[in-house]
Amino acid sequence: MRTDKKDKHRYHRPSGNQRLLMSGNEAMGEAAVCAGCRFYAGYPITPQNELTAYMAKRMPPKRVFIQAESEVAAINMVFGAAAAGERAMTSSSSPGVSLKQEGISYLAGAELPAVIINVARGGPGLGNIASAQSDYFQSTRGGGHGDYYTPVLAPSSVQEAAELVFLSFDIADFYRTPVLILADAIVGQMMEPVNFDFKKKFTKKIPLKKWALGKGKKNNPNVVKSFFLEEGRLAIHNQHLLSKWEEIKKNEQRYCGYQTKDADFLIVAYGSQARIAQEAVDKLRKEKIKAGLFRPVSLWPYPVRALRQAAKEAGKVFVVEQSLGQMVEDVRLSLPGKKVLFLGKAGGGIPQAGQIIEWLKRNK
Amino acid sequence: MKKVYGLPQSLKRADTHYCPGCGHGIVHRLVTQAIDEFNLRNKTIGVAPVGCAVIAYDYWGIDVSEAAHGRALAVATGIKRCLPGHFVFSYQGDGDLASIGLAETIHTANRGENITCIFINNACYGMTGGQMAPTTLLGQVTATTPAGRNPKNLEGWPLMVSEMLSGLKGVSFAARSSVSCPQKVRQTYKYIKEAFNRQIKKEGFSLVEILSPCPTIWQKNPVEAAKWVEKEMAEVFPLGVIKE
Ligand SMILES: Cc1ncc(C[n+]2csc(CCOP(=O)(O)OP(=O)(O)O)c2C)c(N)n1
Repeated sequence: MRTDKKDKHRYHRPSGNQRLLMSGNEAMGEAAVCAGCRFYAGYPITPQNELTAYMAKRMPPKRVFIQAESEVAAINMVFGAAAAGERAMTSSSSPGVSLKQEGISYLAGAELPAVIINVARGGPGLGNIASAQSDYFQSTRGGGHGDYYTPVLAPSSVQEAAELVFLSFDIADFYRTPVLILADAIVGQMMEPVNFDFKKKFTKKIPLKKWALGKGKKNNPNVVKSFFLEEGRLAIHNQHLLSKWEEIKKNEQRYCGYQTKDADFLIVAYGSQARIAQEAVDKLRKEKIKAGLFRPVSLWPYPVRALRQAAKEAGKVFVVEQSLGQMVEDVRLSLPGKKVLFLGKAGGGIPQAGQIIEWLKRNK
Repeated sequence: MKKVYGLPQSLKRADTHYCPGCGHGIVHRLVTQAIDEFNLRNKTIGVAPVGCAVIAYDYWGIDVSEAAHGRALAVATGIKRCLPGHFVFSYQGDGDLASIGLAETIHTANRGENITCIFINNACYGMTGGQMAPTTLLGQVTATTPAGRNPKNLEGWPLMVSEMLSGLKGVSFAARSSVSCPQKVRQTYKYIKEAFNRQIKKEGFSLVEILSPCPTIWQKNPVEAAKWVEKEMAEVFPLGVIKE
């Protein structure tokens, strides 16, 4: 882990246990700096503009900030920075993340670590700038071309957004993979107190980047590539990637349970929607309805084992999303035979606590 | 006996995959020779394109990164900003640099990134079977201009990349030459060295455009192809220093 204790040129560095009022976008930027991010390239798009602006102030002169000409350029700059062995990040929102898919596929193929933040908004197309969770499929199924996955972490508060960004750099380096932070517009825009004295620590030892550019030997230079033309070589590479995904599936499932132990009715929601669902759970409990909430934090790998455990006693499972039904597919895959119901709104609609309560009561 | 000429140290001993008469091999040699001459071998990072030179790293004895089609200069930007003490160059064809990657090309040049770009103009897409490139000459028959490139069909005119980039303040040096005969090869080498010099002196973006024969796609023998470069291509794309 690199920290920048010696960095005298800082613009603003929240001290250890001090709590600061920040937006999710700014907090994610600061967390990246705390994690030793040396390179950031981005292109403006709402609702993540505060993050790009924060990095513009925060990164120079010791670290690199570039306003790229497009999201395509930004992700490919990140590819170069990651290939050079530096911790690198880019951020965008849904339409821009679509453009980054080329680069994300290349990062996965070349096994380069990088962090990509998606402060998601409504789609398809230009959609709108309201909060949405309709990039779930794209995020959790690779997104670009080829056989690959990227770990996806979904924060539901400003504090968690910062913690997950901090953690994601370690996950990226350890497994040599791009990591996606899937935040929604609410998490990016809302302001909450946050401290940067992170509790969640990645405990595995991160190997040195001997493969990076500039570290090759005269008679054995380093080549960063995803291209394997010789017969049979790509199949071997794909198998190697597969074994890595299996390893990540085993080790990196993250989740949070709330009142799940005795829950007859289990609500599943993530990101900002989980905050709203939690309010619904509290209100239902007051009415003696045993509701609980399961909140996946890693969307890929999906916390299948924990969800099964949490849903064991529940008669029915209620999935709530700011989409027309994407994560619900993973819930159904995880819980064969269980009755899984879905409530979703798209295009900026947000299922409110009252609606969730009414829907659950109607269907319980 | 004193050895006065030999293979550059930075050029690997490997069988070539390039066609007979192709210019890529000559330019690989010139670039690696310049790396040796400036004693940059353990400080150079190359960025290979998507195109016929996609496996350039099989020939260059230096650290190399691949880049997605057209993105070489974005990748090179990321590398150079993180390793400012290293010598960084991209090597790109005309489809890569002037078509799909034109935005990256213009903006890298306009930012004045301290990067050297070696641009191979063969007036076609070699790797994918000879389609029209932005640099394809008027009347030139390609797989996608079967009647010859014709502006009346809205197929456009040859794109003058070096002239276009020369107007940008971030560009320190731009020159065009060819590899159609030994004299031109020597001239190309001089330009490459000057472009390297600009980066070493931190003067900003430097570009060498090299008119390069593609006998296979042009359906000419290597001698005819070299002549076509001199007679036809150099007519449209004037040789010489364009920005000093
Ligand atoms: C995104 C994308 N689009 C298209 C291709 C297919 N493709 C590979 S090389 C190439 C053109 C190469 O032409 P040029 O850059 O002129 O290089 P040359 O092969 O002539 O040296 C194309 C279109 C690709 N690899 N990726």
